[in-house]
Amino acid sequence: MLLGIDVGSTTVKVCVTDGNEIFYKSYVRHYSKVKEILSAELDKVKQLGFNRFKVCVTGSAGLGVSQNAGLPFTQEVQAAFTAIKKYYPSTDVAIELGGEDAKIIFVTGGTEERMNGSCAGGTGAFIDQMATLLGIDVAEMDRLALKAEKVYPIASRCGVFAKSDIQPLLNQGAKKEDIAASIFQAVVDQTVSGLAQGRRIKGNVLFLGGPLYYLKGLRKAFVGTLKLDENSAIFPETAPNFMSIGAALSAEINREQDIDEIISKIKNSKVTDSIITSEPLFKSQKEYDEFLAAHDMDVPRVELSGYTGAAYLGIDSGSTTTKLVLISEDGAILFSSYSDNNGRPLDLVVRELKKIYELLPSGACIKGCCVTGYGEDLIKSALHADFGVVETVAHFKAALYFNPDVDFIIDIGGQDIKCFKIKNKAIDSIMLNEACSSGCGSFIQTFARAMNMDVAGFSRLGLFARHPVELGSRCTVFMNSAVKQAQKEGASVEDISAGLSTSIVKNAVYKVIRATSIDQLGDNIVVQGGTFLNDAVLRAFEREVGKKVIRPAISGLMGAFGAALYAKENAVSERSSVLTEQEVKDFSYTARSANCGGCTSRCDINIVTFSDGKKHVSGNKCERGAGLKPSSSDLDMYAYKQRLLADCLPKEPIKNPKATVGLPLQLGMYEQLPLWATFFARLGFQPVLSDPSSRDLYFLGQHTVASDTICYPAKLMHGHIESLLDKGVDFIFLPCESYNLDEHASVNHYNCPVVAYYSESLLANNERLTHDNFIMPYVDLNMTSSTVKNLTKSLSRYGVKQGEVKKALQAGFEALEEFHAAIRDRAQYILSESQRQNKPLIVLAGRPYHVDAEINHGINKLLTSLGLAVLTEDGAAALTDNVLVNVINQWTYHARLYKAANFVCTHPCAHMVQLVSFGCGIDAVTTDEIRSIMEKNDELYTQIKIDEINNLGVVKIRLRSMLAAIEEAQKAGSKRN
Amino acid sequence: MKKFHDKKTTATATVDYRNRYPKWNDEKKREWTILAPNMLPWHFDVIKDFLADEGYNIEILTKNDRTVIDEGLKHVHNDTCYPCMCVTGQFIDALKSGKYDLNHTALIITQSGGGCRASNYIPLITKAIHQQFPTVPVMSLNFAGLEGDNQMKVGLSLLAKFAYSIAYCDTVMWCYNQTKPYELVEGSADAMRDKAQEFIKSKFKQGGYTNHRRINQYVIDLFKSVPRDTTVKKPKVGIVGEIYVKYAPLGNNNLEKFLLDEGCEPVVPPLLDFILYCIVNVINDRKLYGYKGIKYPVYKVVYKFIRKIQKTVIKQLTDSGVFAPVHDFEHLRRLADVVINQGVKMGEGWLIPAEMAAFASTDTPNIICTQPFGCLPNHIVGKGMVRTIKNLYPDSNIVAVDYDSSASRVNQENRIKLMISIAKKNQT
Repeated sequence: MLLGIDVGSTTVKVCVTDGNEIFYKSYVRHYSKVKEILSAELDKVKQLGFNRFKVCVTGSAGLGVSQNAGLPFTQEVQAAFTAIKKYYPSTDVAIELGGEDAKIIFVTGGTEERMNGSCAGGTGAFIDQMATLLGIDVAEMDRLALKAEKVYPIASRCGVFAKSDIQPLLNQGAKKEDIAASIFQAVVDQTVSGLAQGRRIKGNVLFLGGPLYYLKGLRKAFVGTLKLDENSAIFPETAPNFMSIGAALSAEINREQDIDEIISKIKNSKVTDSIITSEPLFKSQKEYDEFLAAHDMDVPRVELSGYTGAAYLGIDSGSTTTKLVLISEDGAILFSSYSDNNGRPLDLVVRELKKIYELLPSGACIKGCCVTGYGEDLIKSALHADFGVVETVAHFKAALYFNPDVDFIIDIGGQDIKCFKIKNKAIDSIMLNEACSSGCGSFIQTFARAMNMDVAGFSRLGLFARHPVELGSRCTVFMNSAVKQAQKEGASVEDISAGLSTSIVKNAVYKVIRATSIDQLGDNIVVQGGTFLNDAVLRAFEREVGKKVIRPAISGLMGAFGAALYAKENAVSERSSVLTEQEVKDFSYTARSANCGGCTSRCDINIVTFSDGKKHVSGNKCERGAGLKPSSSDLDMYAYKQRLLADCLPKEPIKNPKATVGLPLQLGMYEQLPLWATFFARLGFQPVLSDPSSRDLYFLGQHTVASDTICYPAKLMHGHIESLLDKGVDFIFLPCESYNLDEHASVNHYNCPVVAYYSESLLANNERLTHDNFIMPYVDLNMTSSTVKNLTKSLSRYGVKQGEVKKALQAGFEALEEFHAAIRDRAQYILSESQRQNKPLIVLAGRPYHVDAEINHGINKLLTSLGLAVLTEDGAAALTDNVLVNVINQWTYHARLYKAANFVCTHPCAHMVQLVSFGCGIDAVTTDEIRSIMEKNDELYTQIKIDEINNLGVVKIRLRSMLAAIEEAQKAGSKRN
Repeated sequence: MKKFHDKKTTATATVDYRNRYPKWNDEKKREWTILAPNMLPWHFDVIKDFLADEGYNIEILTKNDRTVIDEGLKHVHNDTCYPCMCVTGQFIDALKSGKYDLNHTALIITQSGGGCRASNYIPLITKAIHQQFPTVPVMSLNFAGLEGDNQMKVGLSLLAKFAYSIAYCDTVMWCYNQTKPYELVEGSADAMRDKAQEFIKSKFKQGGYTNHRRINQYVIDLFKSVPRDTTVKKPKVGIVGEIYVKYAPLGNNNLEKFLLDEGCEPVVPPLLDFILYCIVNVINDRKLYGYKGIKYPVYKVVYKFIRKIQKTVIKQLTDSGVFAPVHDFEHLRRLADVVINQGVKMGEGWLIPAEMAAFASTDTPNIICTQPFGCLPNHIVGKGMVRTIKNLYPDSNIVAVDYDSSASRVNQENRIKLMISIAKKNQT
């Protein structure tokens, strides 16, 4: 008899077969207790009555099991392959989604077996995490998905990104049905792009693994996306157990053993001790008691029913929780509530408000109401609240109540980490977690649920863990892997719990705050946010910073409390405009999604209609979507450059063109389009531009992206190439340039490796590109004669002469000069106009290709709508002196960033916001350097990381916090005016 | 010819945002201890030895555990490449140990220049250590004068010593990797390696280190004398990738040892390939873009000089009858031309696809392409070229592995195991 054991990251699968018939199969979650669960399963196998087995183990956690128990192992993809050959020999491609791995096997047309890389979501654990976020179980999510009407674009690369996409949708009232379907679509997209990497999935496709077996919605998405029919999409009954069957088949070559022998080997397996552990959080109950006694400064509470006078309501509509606080004239708390919003924050707020009105005695009245948090806009317009305040300011107000000398606040919530330094009683610098290193509180939540526990119970386990494991400190995907590793090594749930708490703290201190020394954090630290309610996290934090910190007893309510304080400070009228008791009773709303018809972007928008007929629109990138007049783009350099680039192509079609040449408008072409468009037009070629960047364009080329961790601009480039091929141009032109033009502002003038050589990757991974239809000469534009020679050679088949090329190149350079001159002039205009109109000027500093609206997600429009003038980095650089910096200043585009920093330091009205594409390695160098230049000059530094995520909500918080800081600083007069 | 584009800077002044960092003073080298990170343990062992004779007191840092990585994490930007994190971690860990007089301790790393962000390691490390260790200079070892005075003075004779030592240690590494998997007596290959190292060191000490024919022959003969099990055939697994994670055990979780334990024969390309690659890039640049200058003929001479050593050792290895020869560098260039343009010169550039092609076209179709997570050039030259290589060499079996402070070992090993299981299947 053959016995196959598959131990994955979340489940154990066991299979008994004689090589043909399957006698037994099981699929059980192991909740990290691999040894116990597996032994229990094998006891069941024993009951079957067979005694002798040839056994084989497989699976990601099976590796450890096999090593420790001394049982034979086979790699799981190999196991699957064996089973496919046996049971489904006509399969062309097999796709297997597991707990944390995704695999694809190309059976025909060159066998190939692949697994997801280390940074890839789109797996079972990802789906679990998303279900948690929606507050439902996976089965429910699946049912909902089948009823979806539309699909939203959700970042598929990793769970953290997807969360950032989903959260705003939830807050804006998008339907859960649609979100559920969108999540499944994201998984499919990830599989197609991340795994297949350029190879098409076609023919008979076999779908394996638990998620693909249990989730009909996911199946539907796969079948639809891959355009399969009933016959070509195979969903075997054995899908969840498939690897274990394969393992059993592979066991044929192994020696036979008694089932008792196998069970005892597993029960007695030694756990190797190679995980790194740290000191226990608390050594004794006494230590813990002392710790508890030292914390939890409280706010006085007054019974609401006995209160008379004015009351102020603060509402914090957070990402996963919603908090309400009602305070008295003296700041005492009259009412508070803290609850999970389960994706429906508005329902919850209305329910709580009804409660308040029920308790509110006739002698009391709500005089002011202020909303903060992710859901601010929606709640504010639904309830007719008086004020909205950015959450950072709300938290600061609350912290001041507890310690008037507070100089550092750290807030860890469900979705994000926020820290700010306080200088001169104003927020001085704000640090938020980047989209990639979040995880934060909701990670523990998801993990606790995976362990079948609630958060509080799970984290309490860690308090006295004897050997907390070290789990690293990056994004949750990595943490999942690290947990897997720890499990493999036999770490207990207690140790993992303590390890997770420590990881969250390390993430905050070293990734978000980027503290190089603890003293940077200041002496009066206030911690808050729901995650700090967790004693293990607080203890780990105190230990890491080596200081006593204040955790107010209302740690989870600080945002709402601060908002209430804000309402109290700012209330003017006798009664708040917030809905009255009767209005709340009558309140209802409906939500629907639509496409905005305001412009060609056709943004996905959500329209919430309230019972009084008023509407709230969200998801719109500009004011048009909300039915407002767009703000002027007069002082928006991004809009100006977009227009300027659109004007680069010849006005009239070229007569009798030699050929049509496609210019993909992405990466370096954003800088050099004037040059190449003019060059080709002059030579008698018809230049054709690729379609504007969009999410759809990205999907068009997604299957040719070879590296899933490359920056979004590079990924988009693949779509641009596809669009040009579809237009039927004669050839596409994209030169390789190790060196950019020397602007004499740096010691060297390189391009970044991606901009320099991306043509190579495009050619290698798109089967439609050949050396005939893709021309990519190597040129150094600073070297005229070699450039002329290389270009002539690369275009030789069109019979162009060296002399012609030289003249055309000359014309091209003139066009580029004009382009640069126009930018300089416009920058000068925007600078003087912003000074005249007394508008703050934001230098939104990135790369030339950040002008692309799909890459910057309309941040420039957001800035102008907030009443700011916007300059690009090249515009700012054109108006200022050269600089010397600590790092090697050797890239042309990046040299402009340092100059732009100098511009900000020398112009009081200007502020720096740096745009960074996720995955940009070079910006790891530039951001630190620019931050240090800013700090040295007492300037605010704000950094925004952008990727395919289309979530302006987070960006808005950041920008509004910055504006609040600028305002407060101006009030305090600390900034030079 | 007049340049079309010669944008004169509009700047009237230059604003200085630099901090003042301590600089290396080569005059006083004898008074200092210089800490160096570990990349190729056996190569660095020899180099350290002959540098001592030049008055440089080098100490190679070998600490190789998680505390080192954590130290790096604390001090280097999250998104910076993993090698920088490892190296910085090793440095800070050592400086904190209290073993060194901080007023007479310097750090050294190699620098190859170029458009990859790795050229910025020196400023990044300087920034990372400065607050805690303000007296410690970070100096550069490079052969192009990248850091002005802040570098080791490398004259012609020292340059030659570097070239020879790398060539010899490459031979040691190359033969060791072909011996270790097949040794009949456990540890006999290691014993030979120690013997070879001592011999090479003695040649640098006593003179005679330029006699490459004799030294390489000695090394080859040593390994040839190890009794081998000729009945087993183990799958050969080639390692290519970013230079640090390709070689450094700290960077790649001891990949060579893992492969040995898994019953494979690791094939690690010689360091000399990388040196030749750097030299050739300068020559290629001139050919592609028409630069003028005295350095180009000089590079050509150096190239020819090193190639001569390489050609000799290829013949010696072939004649040994036991060892496969190293790949002829000119052959690598021709292989590269089929896959990618030699103009791709940032990071390890075209060398990675060239080495992959060389492996795939000999009897090493199994390849691990190592890179730090998010490595910029490797998006293109590593992962980006896998498809082309597979088209050209349908039997090739390539896995790209990302290394990173938080990427778990299980994940990496599981993927490598998949590659190995395919390799073993293909072999039968």
